[in-house]
This record gives sequence, C-alpha cells and structure tokens, in this order.
Amino acid sequence: MTTTEVPSELSTPPEIGGLGHSLKRKEDARFIQGAGNYLDDITLPHMLHMAILRSPVPHARINSIDTAAAQALPGVVAVVTGADLAAHGLAWMPTMSGDTQAVLATDKVRFQGQEVAAVIAESPYIAWDALELIEVDYDQLPPVVDPHQAMAPDAPLIRDDKEGQADNRCYHWEAGDKEATDRAFAEADAVVALDTHYPRSHPSPLETCGCVADVSPATKHVTIYMTSQAPHAHRTVFALVAGLPEENIRIISPDIGGGFGNKVPVYPGYVVATAASLLIGRPVKWVESRSENLISTGFARDYYMHGELALRNDGRILGLRVGMVSDNGAFYADAQPTKFRAGLFHIVTGSYDFPAAHIVTDGAYTNKAPGGVAYRCSFRVTEASYLIERLVQNAAYELGIDPAEIRMRNFIQPEQFPYHSATGFVYDSGNYPAALKLALEMVGYDDIRREQQAARAEGRLIGIGIASFTEVVGAGHSKDYDILGLKMFDSAELRVHPTGKAILKLGVKAQGQGHETTFAQIVANELGIPANDILVMEGDTDNTPYGLGTYASRSTPVGGAATAVVARKLRDKARKLAAHLLEAAEEDLEWEPGRFFVKGAHDRGVTIQDVAFAAYTNFPEGMEPGLEGVHYYDPPNMTYPFGSYVVVVEVDAGTGQWKVLRMIAVDDCGVRINPMIVEGQIHGGLTEGFAMANMQFITFDEDGNCIGSNFMDYLIPTAWETPHFELGLTVTPSPHHPIGAKGVGESATVGSPAAYVNAVVDALAHLGVRNLDMPVLPHKVWAAINEAGARSTT
Amino acid sequence: MYPATFDYLAPTSVEEALSILAERGDEVKVLAGGQSLIPMMKLRFASPSTLVDIGRLPGLSDIGETDGYLRLGALVRHNDVVDSELVRRTNHTMTAAAPWIADPVVRNLGTIGGSLAHADPEGDWASVMLACGGEIVATSTTGERVVPVTEFIADMFTTTLRPDELLTEVRVPKYQGPAGGTYLKLERKIGDYATVAVATHLELGGDGRITNAGIALTSVAPKNTKAIDAERLLVGQLPGDELFAEAAELAAQASDPKTDVRGPAEYKRDVVRVFVRRGLAKAAELASAA
Amino acid sequence: METTITINGVARTFDIEPRVLLVDLLRTRAGLTGTHIGCDTTSCGVCTVLLDGRPVKSCTVFAVQAAGREVTTVEGLVKNGELHPIQAAFKEEHGLQCGYCTPAMMLVGMALIERNPDPSDEEVRWAISGNLCRCTGYMNIVKAIRRAASEMRRAAEGSPVG
Repeated sequence: MTTTEVPSELSTPPEIGGLGHSLKRKEDARFIQGAGNYLDDITLPHMLHMAILRSPVPHARINSIDTAAAQALPGVVAVVTGADLAAHGLAWMPTMSGDTQAVLATDKVRFQGQEVAAVIAESPYIAWDALELIEVDYDQLPPVVDPHQAMAPDAPLIRDDKEGQADNRCYHWEAGDKEATDRAFAEADAVVALDTHYPRSHPSPLETCGCVADVSPATKHVTIYMTSQAPHAHRTVFALVAGLPEENIRIISPDIGGGFGNKVPVYPGYVVATAASLLIGRPVKWVESRSENLISTGFARDYYMHGELALRNDGRILGLRVGMVSDNGAFYADAQPTKFRAGLFHIVTGSYDFPAAHIVTDGAYTNKAPGGVAYRCSFRVTEASYLIERLVQNAAYELGIDPAEIRMRNFIQPEQFPYHSATGFVYDSGNYPAALKLALEMVGYDDIRREQQAARAEGRLIGIGIASFTEVVGAGHSKDYDILGLKMFDSAELRVHPTGKAILKLGVKAQGQGHETTFAQIVANELGIPANDILVMEGDTDNTPYGLGTYASRSTPVGGAATAVVARKLRDKARKLAAHLLEAAEEDLEWEPGRFFVKGAHDRGVTIQDVAFAAYTNFPEGMEPGLEGVHYYDPPNMTYPFGSYVVVVEVDAGTGQWKVLRMIAVDDCGVRINPMIVEGQIHGGLTEGFAMANMQFITFDEDGNCIGSNFMDYLIPTAWETPHFELGLTVTPSPHHPIGAKGVGESATVGSPAAYVNAVVDALAHLGVRNLDMPVLPHKVWAAINEAGARSTT
Repeated sequence: MYPATFDYLAPTSVEEALSILAERGDEVKVLAGGQSLIPMMKLRFASPSTLVDIGRLPGLSDIGETDGYLRLGALVRHNDVVDSELVRRTNHTMTAAAPWIADPVVRNLGTIGGSLAHADPEGDWASVMLACGGEIVATSTTGERVVPVTEFIADMFTTTLRPDELLTEVRVPKYQGPAGGTYLKLERKIGDYATVAVATHLELGGDGRITNAGIALTSVAPKNTKAIDAERLLVGQLPGDELFAEAAELAAQASDPKTDVRGPAEYKRDVVRVFVRRGLAKAAELASAA
Repeated sequence: METTITINGVARTFDIEPRVLLVDLLRTRAGLTGTHIGCDTTSCGVCTVLLDGRPVKSCTVFAVQAAGREVTTVEGLVKNGELHPIQAAFKEEHGLQCGYCTPAMMLVGMALIERNPDPSDEEVRWAISGNLCRCTGYMNIVKAIRRAASEMRRAAEGSPVG
C-alpha cells in the first residue's frame, strides 16, 4: 500500500518523537561547537606520528631501499620497510575479497602511490622531512592501464606474487539464464545496444583515513582508534592478520567525517601503525593526506559495460544481456559479499518486468590502486542502475516511444510483489508507476516537452532525462551474504535505566547519517521513551554488540530491525512488570505510546518510566531483574527502495557546457524514520550523482600516472555548480521489515547519474546522439555536436 | 603535506624589503598572499630557503586613480578589486574578471601583484592586463621601472622582474572615451583554473569606430597571449557580428592550446572562437551604452 | 620564533618554526580542534577561519603571518554559554551531517551576513563556493545561513523572534 505520509498506526506524539518525526539531531550539539571528536583530534601521551613513502611509478621491481639518512634525521624514531614487516609475517595481508594485498611492498610496486616504507617521528613535519631522505631504486616495468589490455595474452603479469596466477584475471562471474535470454533475443523485434564506461570515481569524504594505534607495552593490549565504518569486522580481521588475541584488541571508531564506503577496507597504514606501536611501545598516529587518500584508498566503479535489450515493437522488454569488464586495480580488495563477485550488479533488471537476463563479467588486475566497491554504490548497484536506465532511454529513441511511456509499459506492477526477478532477487514491495507519475507531475512533463520543441526551433538545446531506479540494500540473509565468512547480521543492545532513560548500543557505525537520533526514534516508537532520553552508542568494539557496520545502506534495514526487535522484547517484559504493578492480567492490558493501562479503565495505568523503576525495585517473584536485552537480526530478505528522478538541462552549443534547470527526485524508502534526515541523505546523493555526471573522475595516462590524485584534478562540485533539488515522496513499506523501513542512504547516488546523462543525451537526441560517457565534460558534448554536423561558434 | 624548513624575514617598511632584495634577491622568495606559493611549498614543488613576507608593508594596498591611470598597490587582494566601486566605474574587463579568480575565500588573501609576478599561464590577471594595456611598477633601491605587461610576462612562470626588484604597483590606463570589456572564463568548477578564458577590451571613437582593441587569452599558450592580428583587424572598424567572427577566427589561430584532461586542443581553440565573438559583442554593447 | 596571535579574543604567544601552518598551530598548539584539514591543494576549505574578520584558508597561511592579528575559530562563536544564531540555524535546518565542513561553513556564512544582511540563495551559494561539502548537497547549508541572517536581522531590529 503506497501513501504519501507516515502510516498513522506508527505515530507517537512529538514529545516522544518516534517514527515520522523530523526531530532535530542530537549529535549536532558537539559538531556546531567544533567539539567533534574526529580521529585527528585524538592525542595520546608520548604519541608519535607516521608518514608513508609511496611509489612514484606504477609498476616496478624494487632493487633496494636505503633508509639510513632518514633514520639519522633528528626526531625520527624508526623507519619501517616491507622487509622489516616480512620478518614478522606482516608484509602481506588478506583483503575483504579473499585476495592478498601488500602492506609495504617487498618485491615489486604494483600501482602509483603504493606503500613502500613508513617513517615514525616525533612530529608529522619531521616525518615528512624524512620521507624525502629515503632512497628507493626502482626498475620500471611496463604498466598495464587498461583492463582489456590486462587480459590480453601478452600482457605483463602483475600478480606474480600469487602462486598459480598465470594472467591478470581476478574473477569470472555469471548470473541469470543464458538459454532463456538467447531465446528472448531470437524473438525480438528490435535490439538496442550500449557500450559505456562507468568511470573510476572516489568517495573522497572530507576527512581522510587514519588511525591512532596504541599497543600497551606492559599488557600488549591493543587499542586502535580508527576511521572505520565496520569496527567489529575490522577487529576480527586484525586478529587474523596480526595473530593477536581478539579479546586483546579494541577498536574505537570515533566521530567520522564522512565515509561513503571509503572507510570499509583495511588499509596498509592501519597495519603498519599498529606494528610500529607494538615494536616501539608508544602510540603511533597515522593520518593520510588528501593525495594519498585519492591515489591509494578504495576507489569506486571503473566498469566497462556492454548491454543489450531485446524489445518488442510496442516497447516491452523481452530480455537483457550484459557483458562487463571491471578494473579492480592491483589487488582484489573491495568489500562485497563473497558469493557475488560483481556485488549486487544482477539487480540490473531494475524496475522492469521481463523474464530473461544473462550477465557475464570478468575482473582484471591493473597497475592502479585496489578497490571498486565504494562511494554509495550499494555493492555495484550504481553501475547496474545506470546501465538499465540508459538502455531503456535509448530503447525509447529506437522505437519512437516517449521515454516516460516506455517505462510505464515495462514497470513491475504493484500487484506483482513480492516479485521474483530474472536473476534471483525477490523484490519486497514497490509502486513504480506512482513514483514516476508524481515526478512527471512535479516537473510538468507535458509542458517541458513542448518547451523543448519550441527551444529546438530557436536553436536552443533543452533535454529531459528520466531514471526510474530500483535498488537493493540491507545485506543480508545468512544464506547468501557474508564478508570473509562473517555473516551479515547486525545487532542492538538496549538497557533502560531505573529513571526511565535508556542506552542503545549498536553494531553499525554512522559517519553522518544521524544514528544517534534515528535509532533513538525507533526505540521511542516501540517503548514510548522520548527519543531525547535515549543515548545511542556506536563504534567501540568493547562496548557494543557485534555487527558488520554501516555501508551499502544496511543500517536501517538490518540494524534498525535489530533495534525494533530488541525494543519489542523489552516491551514484552515491560508488559509483565506493568501487570505486576497494576495487579492485572497481562492480557487485560493495552498499550499506548509510553504507557500500559487496563482495558476499559484508561486512568488505571503505569508509564514506561514507572515500569523501568519497577524493573529494579519491584519485580515479581522469579523474574530476572533489570530491563535490558540484545538482539542479533538475520534479515530474511533484502529491501528494495526505489524512485523516479527527472532532470531538465540546457546545453550551450558553443562551449558544450550544460546546466541543470530542474531536478525532481521522488524517492520511496518505505517508512521514513526522520523525514528531515531522509531528505538530507537524498540531497547528498543527488549531488554525488551530479558530480559523477558532470565533472568528477579519476583517470590514468598511458604511462600509468594517476590523474585525479588531488582536488585540482579530482573535481568535487561546489554550491555554485550543484543544482537545486525538488523532492517528492511516496511510501510503500517493506512487508518483512519490523518497522517497514528500507534504507535510503545510497538511493540518490544510485539513481541520479542516469537521469543527468539521459537529460544531456536527450538535448542532443534529435541530432542522432545516443551516448555520452560520464563525466559529460563540455568537450565531449562539443565533440558529439560536431560529429552530428551541428557545430556552432556563436 | 608540510613545507620544508625556511628562514623567515618580515620587513616592516618598503625600504627594508628593498635592501633585502638588493643584497639577497637571487636567493630569497617574496611572500605576498601566499595562495600560489604556499600550496607549492606544501607539496614541496618549491622549497625556498628564505621567505621575505611583504604582507605588512604599508602603502601597497590602495586602489586609486591619478594621471589617467587606475592604480592598484601590489598587495591589493582580489576581493578588494571585486568590492571596488572605483574599478567598477573605470574598467569593465577587470570588473568582469575579478570575481572569477580562484574562489571567494582564496580571494581574501591572493594579491594582484603576487598573481602577476607568479606568471602562471592559467592565471587571469595577466590576460586582463594584456587586453587593457596594463603596466607594472618594479621598484628597487636604485629606483622605479615601469614595464608594460606585454614586456613583463616572458614565459611560463617567468617574468622580467630583476632579482633586486619588488613589484609594487599595477597600473591600467583609464578609458579615453566610450569603452567596454569582458572576461569570459570556462572553468569546470569554481576554483579550477580556466580551460579557456578570454579578456576583451574595446574603446570607441566619436564616430563609433573602434579606436583601441585588446584581446588576450588564458590557458591556451605557454604564457598569457595577446591576439595581435585579431586586435589589428578591429581597429578603425565599426563593431558588428561579422567583424567579430573574423576576429574570433584570427584569435583562435593565435592560440596554441594543449590537449589534456580538460579537452582536445581543437576544442579549446573553438572555445576561443566562441568567447572572442561573444566577448567582443558584449564589450561593444557596454561601450555603446557608456 | 615567538609569535603572538589573538585567538577568539585572547592574545596567545607561541614559539614556533616559521613553516608551521596556521591550521596546525590552532589544532595542536592552541588546543582548538574544531578547525579541520581536508586536502593539500587549498581546495576544500574545511580549514577556514576568520583572519581580521575575513574568511581565509588556514592551511595556506603560515602562523607567523598571523602575528599581531585576530583569528576567530568555531570555538569563538558561543558567547556567554549561548549559541550564535548561525550555530542554532545549522541545527534547525539540518545543515550538517558528518559535521566536518560545518565550522568552516558557519564562519563563511557569518562573514557573509556581516556584509550582506539579507543574502539570496544565489548569493549564499556564491559565498560558500570555496568550501566543499560531501554530505548535504548544500541545500540545507544555504537554508541555514539564510535562516541565521533572518534571525540576526530580527534581533537587530529589536522585534520578537519567531
């Protein structure tokens, strides 16, 4: 059932602040006063500072490393190389994808920016002085910069460290049904094909990665303050990598200045800092520079996609074929569920109802930084959504059907849910026609199409782009989802204090998403304790239940579910306590937010605060004292947020620049815990989508030099370029989620790039243009117009 | 991330600064706003052993007009130009260009003198000065030299300033009659350098014919470049779109852009064409309205 | 060398190398970690402070250049235990998510309002175009700054708030 408001059966009054209230955020108090506690704000007594020497070349043998001059610089305490780490078995570490990655290079460097040595000194200034004094003798090897080239038979072997690795292929994966798809194509009236490269991008949160590693010399207890989106998983990885007893490792993830997937991998810097602290006996801080962040940490995307849609003349899709090559960099290091080498790309059937799809994908090693899954991609859903929405747009042109109409004709209809897709997903709920209809109404679609025609007659170029995405989040059920074997449940631990306040501890970890407010609201909704009376804690592995962390929009679907379930467990116990206090039978009690009362005698009741006090002071014989619980939630299915976006652009034919005139975004993420926060997430995602569509990418020259390793080359839009957004909503709850919520953190990043690109293509479609790869830089638009013979010098 | 060590001198008078330069001009580096120099030092692309901070020197921060010139002290910040009623009244090209330099925060510290002395071919002020006939004043212990900007910018990051000289002032001749000018800058985002930028300057005589024309290009050659043939074509003519289109073609030919991540050379040349045509049209419009 | 800078109204003296950046002095010597570091090319602006009332990127200023001058950081906004209207506005309008760019945005917003008490959306976007945000998409930052401007105008005119 789709509505445009929060369902009333979930409502609490504003003073309790349960679901649907746009409560102001509790975490803001410290941030607006400059009192946040980010990693680089942490200072420990006797702390040292680490800086990393990185390879200037993309592919080379290391002949020698001379650290003598660096070691002799006053203020330098130690210089560590790969050889030093190898002596302790730490030169290589496992990745989240089951590969290995060099911590500090030993034999070879395999990407420009790879870690080669580390200096630990009394100040960061001295550490950077010392970096200049380290001499490395490299023997350069031909760099492999293109994944297709990487898989050619004569390509130089990058991973000669891996036994049995004879080429540069790092995985092969297929999904769907080849035969059924071939049959669909054989029956098609038309086939629309698209070759597109989703360029390499980078999450680039404004806070870079870093850690303070503090190994106590006396007890060997390890405390690592770390920019981590998944502190528990990281702790387990550290235990496995470093062979340290897991109970002796404590990871504390403090305030994080943005994550977007950048703070999910385990980076060499963390390992080296920890090893250094262990060997030196003092805390070691490592904070990377922006250049280091861009050149070496987990990038995003870099997928070459060939897609084909089999179509009937009336626009109905019969089947989809996809062949892909992904550029994974020098190590296969992204974090995604083990079973799915291409993440959740097989959601590529999108919002459309058709029976056959087949996906073939190969991953290649190249001489570039490792990564691929990051930047609000929901495990490769960004790539999938982009491809299908571009194909459908081109199908509209091919068949002469309006791009909105062709989508309507193919949408999965509301009555078809739960929907079994051609690649094995079971979509929980959706109402795609309603979302698109609302978006078209908001933009005034028919008027804009008329305006487009009129503009064309004057030689002006206006375009309208649509994207109707469905994405899949909330990883995920233990049957199918694990990372390094760790199943992807999540957890919540809740204790109500005698005075009726509460503390909630979570296995997830926010980096700006507002969990201190939204998760308190979930508890407030269930227990009627005001959200402002509930303290939410995340990030300290010694003080929170085990969880897989926050990324891929999983916090609300999984952690939020765990929270609702544990709160309900406490409410069940509270009911027993209330019955005891009221001297009534449990079944004679009714609940309203924050209060139990006797059926038919509304005045005869006890508040949740009364009950909380009783849990410690007046509980029935045989009942366990206290009011506390923990729940680990194994989600039964994924959730499927969706939406429709419409973008209107104008293109300057003389310079190729394009400007967004309007951007309408209708999102459906099920029940909205805090509408204000949901909208903030969408604004952010629409901007990231705009960034990728308009200006933001990392590329490499033919010598393997990274272009995009600083903010002069890797372009993040400012408030001046970023469009104004108009938001709309529909609400189609998830039937399997305890509070009907689906998650929304990544929807806009997933859905919007195609909307922007479709708009620019649409502005030029009448000239025959059918594709512009991102980022759609002015010179690409200029070239397309020129090729179409429509050049302008006015 | 962090600069190397350096010695720091902070003279409090121009005389003091000049005597430092007279003695050690070839081994010290002058620090004005620092918005070009400090980023280079942080990445260790530049590691001068001694910095001479001229930020406290009095008398170098004024904008005024005398003897037919608009005069700006070397330490005038880009935002001072943006805020200047006098500049707005007296020079359209400068008014158009100033807001587009770097970003609003960097403009609070970056200086016009520092920018010209840095001579980055992707820098904006040099093109403005080339189009408008600007001059710099180079001061030393032995006196003053006035150098037209055409002779001041020698090559990429290279000027004809002598080691013992300090750039103390920038001068722009005031309009003699009706005049207009523009600065059109194609940048991928605020804070980026220009992919292509074009400065125009047109002065008209009583008969409406062009008496003085300036066209200068940013980021499309090893140094900021005047499109001399295009300028010559314009002088003596009546403003008009066909004329401007011809001038635009000549200006495009005078450019020598490189293919890079901002686009192919041919694209940049085409943008020169487009911007010269648009810029001259707007400049003529402003001049006619004057 | 000895350097005295007035920070948030208090004159403080430090003995530092000339190469120490103002942002590092604030964060590690003056104990004020509300000013952040986000890049190495003077691009992102999270290090913005006010120098004699004007926004500057403190990562691109040597601390010694600020000798004898006044620096205002985010920690200087609260007066007598009361939030500055710009701080309250950022909370009311959800103008922050991770909070990393927020101190800078607030200071730039405040400096804008000082010069232009009634800025339009466009004027706000222009003023903050030297400061990046990755989380918010800028929409609510613009709203927050305009809200603060409106509150400050009302307070200046002496009319009741709200």
